[in-house]
Amino acid sequence: MNYNNEMNLSFISRSINESFARAAVSAFAAQLDPTLEELEDIKTAVSEAVTNCIVHAYPDRVDRIYIRARLFEDNTIEIVIRDKGVGISDIDKARAPMFTTGGGERSGMGFTIMESFMDSLKVKSKQGRGTTVIMRKRISMRYAGRIGA
Amino acid sequence: MKIISTKREGELKIAFEGELDHHAARSALSRISQLIDIELPRKLVLDLSSLSFMDSSGIAIIVHSYRRMNELEGSLVISNVPGQAYKVLSAAGINRIIQVDKALV
Ligand SMILES: Nc1ncnc2c1ncn2[C@@H]1O[C@H](COP(=O)(O)OP(=O)(O)OP(=O)(O)O)[C@@H](O)[C@H]1O
Ligand SMILES: [Mg+2]
Repeated sequence: MNYNNEMNLSFISRSINESFARAAVSAFAAQLDPTLEELEDIKTAVSEAVTNCIVHAYPDRVDRIYIRARLFEDNTIEIVIRDKGVGISDIDKARAPMFTTGGGERSGMGFTIMESFMDSLKVKSKQGRGTTVIMRKRISMRYAGRIGA
Repeated sequence: MKIISTKREGELKIAFEGELDHHAARSALSRISQLIDIELPRKLVLDLSSLSFMDSSGIAIIVHSYRRMNELEGSLVISNVPGQAYKVLSAAGINRIIQVDKALV
């Protein structure tokens, strides 16, 4: 399928950038005219994926996180969030609710939240090489009440 | 994120203001733990009415508060929960364990 627009973003894995990443992707997604709830879903999913890069992928170093977002003709947004960190050895296990290697500070619900807030979630990973999370969400078409559309 | 606490007759209310993500979580957790340890409340109310964003980092804080209140044989209520935070708590099934009261829109 063809995409109409694309943006690329990279930043270093400091936790202060979590809110920046959410805001940047949601500002780009706004081009699809999402509802407030759809925008909040996107922000939440991005926050989970970016936090995972900061907490798990680079546990004891600061390194780069990459985001690519594309807007497709059918009003779908695809968000790809990638790190070059430690990787995940067993992806199915990592995706299971309540599985965490993060101890008491984490709840093991990040992937579950990404799954339920987006339409699809794909996780690719290589140990020692990094992890890529690909999420898609179709934004509802809204015609009612629009002037000059 | 800002934390505002009020205490009245054994009830400790802690209100969160702003965004609760991983960046905000560590200092929020230590502040909440400290408040519980000082006040030893019978009932803890976490008021989320002014919370503009929350992700799974908030779940860990709520679960931690729940465990601590259980140790104190007290109760915990999560009140005035905005739509986004409510959705996060529901996706994680927290509302099946802890009383979560949705904000009136
Ligand atoms: N980018 C990543 N790099 C390396 N490991 C990861 C990455 N993302 C997730 N993981 C692994 O998958 C597990 C599950 O992730 P998930 O986001 O579901 O839960 P969590 O981060 O542990 O807790 P929560 O998101 O609820 O705070 C993590 O504990 C970690 O072991
Ligand atoms: Mg996570």
